[in-house]
Amino acid sequence: MSNLVEIRDLRIGARTDSGREVEIIKGVSLDVAQGEIVALIGESGSGKTTIALSLMGHARPGCYFAGGSVTVAGRNMTALRESERAKLRGTDVAYIPQSAAAAFNPAIRLIDQVIEVAKIHNLMPLAEARVKAVELFRALALPDPDTIGERYPHQVSGGQLQRLSAAMALIGGPKLVIFDEPTTALDVTTQIEVLRAFKSVMKAGGMGGVYVSHDLAVVAQIADRIVVLRGGEVQEEGTTAAILDNAQHPYTRDLLAAFHPVTHAAVALAESATPIPPALEVRGIFAGYGPIDADGLPLKQVLKDVSCKLEKGRNLGVIGESGCGKSTLARVIAGLVPPAKGQILLNGKEMAGDLKKRSKEELRRLQIVFQLADTALNPSTPIGEILGRPLTFYHGMKGATRDARVAELLDMVHLPKTMRHRLPSELSGGQKQRVNLARGLAANPEVILCDEITSALDAVVVAAVIELLKELQRELQLSYVFISHDLATVQAICDDVIVMNGGVNVETLPAADIMARAEHPYTRLLLASVPKLDPAWLDSLADDPAFERAGRSSLLAQV
Amino acid sequence: MAISFPTPRRLGYRFNLVGIVSAFVVLAWALIAIFAAWLTPYGPGEVVDFDYFGPISSQFWLGSDYLGRDILSRIIIGTRYTVGISLAAVLIACFTGVVLGMTAAVIGGWFDTILSRFLDALTSIPSKLFGLVVVAGIGSSIPVLIGVLAVIYTPGAYRFARALSVNINTMEYVTVARARGERTLYLIRHEILPNITGPVLADMGLRFVFIVLLLSGLSFLGLGVQPPNSDWGSLVRENIGALSFGAPAVIMPSIAIATLTISVNLLIDNLPVKIRDRSE
Repeated sequence: MSNLVEIRDLRIGARTDSGREVEIIKGVSLDVAQGEIVALIGESGSGKTTIALSLMGHARPGCYFAGGSVTVAGRNMTALRESERAKLRGTDVAYIPQSAAAAFNPAIRLIDQVIEVAKIHNLMPLAEARVKAVELFRALALPDPDTIGERYPHQVSGGQLQRLSAAMALIGGPKLVIFDEPTTALDVTTQIEVLRAFKSVMKAGGMGGVYVSHDLAVVAQIADRIVVLRGGEVQEEGTTAAILDNAQHPYTRDLLAAFHPVTHAAVALAESATPIPPALEVRGIFAGYGPIDADGLPLKQVLKDVSCKLEKGRNLGVIGESGCGKSTLARVIAGLVPPAKGQILLNGKEMAGDLKKRSKEELRRLQIVFQLADTALNPSTPIGEILGRPLTFYHGMKGATRDARVAELLDMVHLPKTMRHRLPSELSGGQKQRVNLARGLAANPEVILCDEITSALDAVVVAAVIELLKELQRELQLSYVFISHDLATVQAICDDVIVMNGGVNVETLPAADIMARAEHPYTRLLLASVPKLDPAWLDSLADDPAFERAGRSSLLAQV
Repeated sequence: MAISFPTPRRLGYRFNLVGIVSAFVVLAWALIAIFAAWLTPYGPGEVVDFDYFGPISSQFWLGSDYLGRDILSRIIIGTRYTVGISLAAVLIACFTGVVLGMTAAVIGGWFDTILSRFLDALTSIPSKLFGLVVVAGIGSSIPVLIGVLAVIYTPGAYRFARALSVNINTMEYVTVARARGERTLYLIRHEILPNITGPVLADMGLRFVFIVLLLSGLSFLGLGVQPPNSDWGSLVRENIGALSFGAPAVIMPSIAIATLTISVNLLIDNLPVKIRDRSE
């Protein structure tokens, strides 16, 4: 029997807005057998999504098929007319997008959107489609499968929405399902449920799948084979076990290496006779949004009695799921969200809660670096000006001195001097994050608050940024507060870790032996949820004590 | 419609045919307004034709008006009033509106609420009626016209700029600048303004068109530019009697209004786009 998918020497070209031709996919060939799941893995820009979309015969605006063939279930998608392709989409090939939230119409009930495929293709009577949808909801382990379809998209959680979009894809009974980074936007604990649901449904239905991701550990759980892509070419191809244990290509090895971060060793500081006050200390912070109640606390409390301490030259990690208040903690420390109660001390001296009441010197010593370099850099300002402004603002530098310092800062974050004439949109994600960091450094701070600064980056780039942070710490005696939902990165850079859940500081642990010392059930659940590079990991979770004891659904309900 | 010409492309811009044609029309009207005094074949107030509502002839290219004056000369001189008054009004309206809008978005709170409600109240007065009452009350002169038109169109510009700025204001780079301790003026000038320039310019073009139409409307009602001077709107009004004769005297000023407003509209919809692909 022939393969479900046969891609032969696929070439996809694009025309840029100046009319220049570029080749995005440079002769890729790959197969997917019946009932097999193949993962496409690579950094952003490697062409993995472009290949996945070509399986539906779709080329993104500005792109076109330049050569080769994409055969799905015996039909060459590149040669079909658009109307014929449309017939196959949803019935033969289905697509699960990265952001389920963006894929659902917020004004239509979920069930009506899920059965839309059956309606468009006239596959079955609507009543039958509804029954089938409920079966799928059950198979995907959604809560209240009989009634969940009556809700609107904003009434279910992100992980549930992602599973609902899988139901939408599966209702037409496709032979091939394309997963486009479906768990990238989810928390680790949610990701597990979604992955489990996907895996069981795919296995039960015997469907073929193409799973696009940049996360090797996730891919290891679900894929039978892995194809590593870079620059529009296949670098390496093999079974999951072979790639994980015996990678040949240097790029694959880099990817794997990024998964085993070097645990952090504290920077030794010069001994001093007098005890040094902590670089940053937070005592009993209550903060939130909305009007202030009679008891002096805001209506919607995000932080409840959070305390933590950051010693000089050391790093403090803050981990927790989205919505646990970790970003709000950073904003409170930076003075952007004044706390309702509690104290913030910088070098043992108390600072005002509102940044308008802080002195310029206090502001200078504490800098905040944000998660998304895309929105943290003003798109209409050249890099030189972005870095130059804090120099003028805090240090009064002008003209040639300022230019020299800007060049120095760029050099510090390993970017060429010529970058300073460019606009942020002309930089890659990793470069932008470096500029973002350099702007924080321009102030000569003592403490840098890093709010999820590595979350939007590829594994290989993350490793480079972490390395850079450590190097800067050694040279400039900085202290970091490192906020992340990714345990591995936190372990790679921090000395101490606080775990947050529901706005409460659940536990404070030394990063080095966090695994051994974690006691709180939530911490154990969080630790157990981090995907491992072991293909059997997901299946082994069923008998993991952390999952049993924590009873994760009840924990989720608290959040 | 992406027929591109080589010149803007060499400068790194893409400019389509519609944009180029409308840019030429707008430029032509601007030049006519500047050099009006040298372009008129006859004095704009001179009665030169024995006939009234004369047809197009080699002597009078666009015919003559109800007193036998040369329409071409009157349109050329009228350009100054129409374009000049509208341009002044649109600049004042947009400057005030955009500055207030950005300030309201950045400062927020009471300042924003009070200013927004005040300008909303202003919007609720029908613009033609407001113009009529003010001009009828204090008399028509060019500064009064400019002022009235600017006041009428400020709340719209304010709303538009505020809506854009509120979005920019939530961006992290503004938060970073705030955390740095920057003042409102810097936030407005360096963080917000550069990121709303494009839409604000487009809005300004649209607003210019509305002002031209409102000014023409007021002049048509006899409240705009007063005789013996005349802008395009008053030319239409003066010669409205020509409609029954099918004379060019009423059609030509109308065409002038139409060409300017449509071109400005098309130009702002097709402004040159910077080519981002730099790796050539």
